[in-house]
Amino acid sequence: MSDFSTLIFGRLTLDAIPYHEPILLITFAVMASAVIALLVVLTRYKVWGYLWSEWFTSIDHKRIGVMYMILGLVMLLRGFADAIMMRIQQAIAFGDSAGYLPPEHYDQIFTAHGVIMIFFVAMPFVVGLMNYIVPLQIGARDVAFPFLNNLSFWMTSAGAALIMVSLFIGEFAKSGWLAYPPLTGILQSPGVGVDYYIWSLQIAGVGTLLSGINFVVTIVKMRAPGMNMMKMPIFTWTALCTNILIVAAFPVLTAVMTLLSLDRYLGMNFFTNDLGGNAMMYVNLIWIWGHPEVYILILPIFGVFSEIVSTYSGKRLFGYSSMVYATLVITILSYLVWLHHFFTMGSGATVNSFFGITTMIISIPTGAKIFNWLFTMYRGRIQFEVPMLWTIGFMITFVIGGMTGVLLAVPPADFVLHNSLFLIAHFHNVIIGGVVFGTFAAITFWYPKVTGYKLEPFWGKVSFWCWFIGFYLAFMPLYMLGFMGVTRRMSHFDDPSLQIWFQVALGGAVLIGAGIISFLIQLYVSYKRRDSLRDETGDPWNGRTLEWSTSSPPPKYNFAFTPRVYDQDAWWHMKSNGFKHATAGFMAIHMPKNTAAGMVISGLSAAFGFAMIWHMWLIGGLTFVALIAAIIIHTFNYKRDYYIPAEEVEQVESKRTEVLA
Amino acid sequence: MSHSTVSPAAQAGQFDFLVKGEHHVANGTLLGFWLYLMSDCLIFAALFATYGVLSQNYAGGPSGADLFDLPLVALNTSFLLFSSITYGFAMLQMQQRKLKGTMIWLAITGVFGAGFLGLELYEFYHLLHQGAGPQRSAFLSAFFTLVGTHGLHVCIGIIWLVTLLFQLRKHGLTTANRRRLFCLSMFWHFLDVVWIGVFTIVYLMGSLS
Repeated sequence: MSDFSTLIFGRLTLDAIPYHEPILLITFAVMASAVIALLVVLTRYKVWGYLWSEWFTSIDHKRIGVMYMILGLVMLLRGFADAIMMRIQQAIAFGDSAGYLPPEHYDQIFTAHGVIMIFFVAMPFVVGLMNYIVPLQIGARDVAFPFLNNLSFWMTSAGAALIMVSLFIGEFAKSGWLAYPPLTGILQSPGVGVDYYIWSLQIAGVGTLLSGINFVVTIVKMRAPGMNMMKMPIFTWTALCTNILIVAAFPVLTAVMTLLSLDRYLGMNFFTNDLGGNAMMYVNLIWIWGHPEVYILILPIFGVFSEIVSTYSGKRLFGYSSMVYATLVITILSYLVWLHHFFTMGSGATVNSFFGITTMIISIPTGAKIFNWLFTMYRGRIQFEVPMLWTIGFMITFVIGGMTGVLLAVPPADFVLHNSLFLIAHFHNVIIGGVVFGTFAAITFWYPKVTGYKLEPFWGKVSFWCWFIGFYLAFMPLYMLGFMGVTRRMSHFDDPSLQIWFQVALGGAVLIGAGIISFLIQLYVSYKRRDSLRDETGDPWNGRTLEWSTSSPPPKYNFAFTPRVYDQDAWWHMKSNGFKHATAGFMAIHMPKNTAAGMVISGLSAAFGFAMIWHMWLIGGLTFVALIAAIIIHTFNYKRDYYIPAEEVEQVESKRTEVLA
Repeated sequence: MSHSTVSPAAQAGQFDFLVKGEHHVANGTLLGFWLYLMSDCLIFAALFATYGVLSQNYAGGPSGADLFDLPLVALNTSFLLFSSITYGFAMLQMQQRKLKGTMIWLAITGVFGAGFLGLELYEFYHLLHQGAGPQRSAFLSAFFTLVGTHGLHVCIGIIWLVTLLFQLRKHGLTTANRRRLFCLSMFWHFLDVVWIGVFTIVYLMGSLS
């Protein structure tokens, strides 16, 4: 290779394109045609301008929230494709059959599956929900830093894009989703896979950290008058705790990823086997981020279930303040348990006991929450809408997952079950049973607020039952296999007596796939029947919190007048005390302006990351300088807001008055 | 913790549900920036912890006592501490709405910052020259990363400071610019505090080891 092409392309050559691998080629063909079809449709209906000005550059928290949800959904399809590939491989690769995936491909798939599901499915879902709901629940017009919010979304997307690129240019890490060194050191992993991992997480991590800061400030500073801390809706409470955790945990991820890059790029010795490196340092640091991360995901979902249970039971949430304290206790404890991920490291009985006990203690506030939801339902008039199905499915499933978690928290038991399929079953039990069920519950619950029409319930029920039964079929066999001592991340087995369990698990995964497809059908069918499913009131479920006081979808400015809050169920209180929609006295509303800066900065970050992955030092340097320049240029923009004129507000509001009359 | 109950006898109009007139939301920039600083502090905490674990892992190479030139570091530290004082003077000028004074003290702060960076780079160059680069041992990796990350922050601070000088010249001491000066002030003092930790834990304790 000539010096010139090395200067420009670094180590990227045509060999990096996997045209000799049929599976990847087919995947590429399918994805490319889907993308091209999408582009053609968008161009044909001339929606590019609309997308650009109303969505991509929008700094409206509602639009950004929806974009996060779409990102999560798209990446869910990718993550699920990885899952089903692994299930098929494990169901057939026994004895003489090697299956259809070579080991180095299989290893990339399980790594990508984990990384994508946590960082680019669960995180976007959770952040998207908080984006849409929190400002509405606290009676605010937007978040504290609307531009940063847009930037956060695009940084997350840039990280996701890098992972998608790794499918077709080069490879992805083969190291498992937390990329432990020394396996991920430069000696054992000289390829680009780990570098894709590092840069996509670094870029997405910046986005997450910024949105964490943004939401803490939003919730602390921007609540409507009268809404003191103990009158905040529970979802907002859990969002506050989650964002505090984000601010406290993500910097550690940034730091540890930086250290790993320094080992790989500059030959330093943090985690290497020689010259004094200490790989366990990495494992500690990554789990100091990683354990809070699982609570970052689940806490807002607890909030979702709290809102849903009290709304569909027609009752005030049971034990509001105990719910708040339970959330706070979990927030603090989530920082004191990280070592339970590696009891087998050999820290000694004292250290292991400490972390085992703190881990078990977490089940107490969590259990309190379960009882609170049950007592909320007790003697309530429960409406079995689809979100309630998800909620009950969650309560059953999550309790089982919680109990296997407490089992794993016992160090001697963990020595037996460590890195076995029992562990895999456990965390899927709580993440699917918790985060995924909760996300679908939340989508069904708030969908009418976002679009103005409800989701059609039949396909929602089909989706729920497929997910629910599919989950048990897919993961209960893994518990059994774990007890038999089968370890994770295997692409081939010798013992034929195990095969039946993997075949059942594959059946479960197929059923979950049917659940995802039913959900997509549900979206389509509901759109087709949107006129009959329409909700004009803005409050289809007889809701309790402020987001239901607005029209569906809410106007750009959310509230023509900032509401005054007297009760923890503010909207319920307004309805019971003769609240009348305001019809006069509208004023111009101060709003932030759209900007393309978020897209530019994120695009440059992705380009910089790509250049660094491939050692394109020249392009890396140029994009880095451009990135800094773009940030500085953005700071010279002092005109970031505008006023929605009073006439426009009056027009929107009088339409609403007509509808309500 | 109030759980106000809805009284059944509530009459319409008993509660004033809407804020008539413009509702001013408190600006959250300073709180947000403070939170950012705390998150940055956690990055340094992780680096300090790493340094703590690896600080004795010399791998047969030089230790801190062999390498550190304390008088040089003391001079460097004084540069940074003085720059914090001069930033304070800039803020005093800002409070009195004196644009020129603010800018002059800012510029002096920047010069001190650049002096600090220059001495640090000289020190790094000297170490590399002696064969004590970051690749030599885990101790040196941790040393260069911790000190280098702080230096990188100072570098970003200087870039920000220069940018802000241009913006001050263009727009004067507007509300937005005063807010920015406050943020940079917090950033600058924060770096000073971190440096106290670096100086104590890395240099002083390292020279004793």
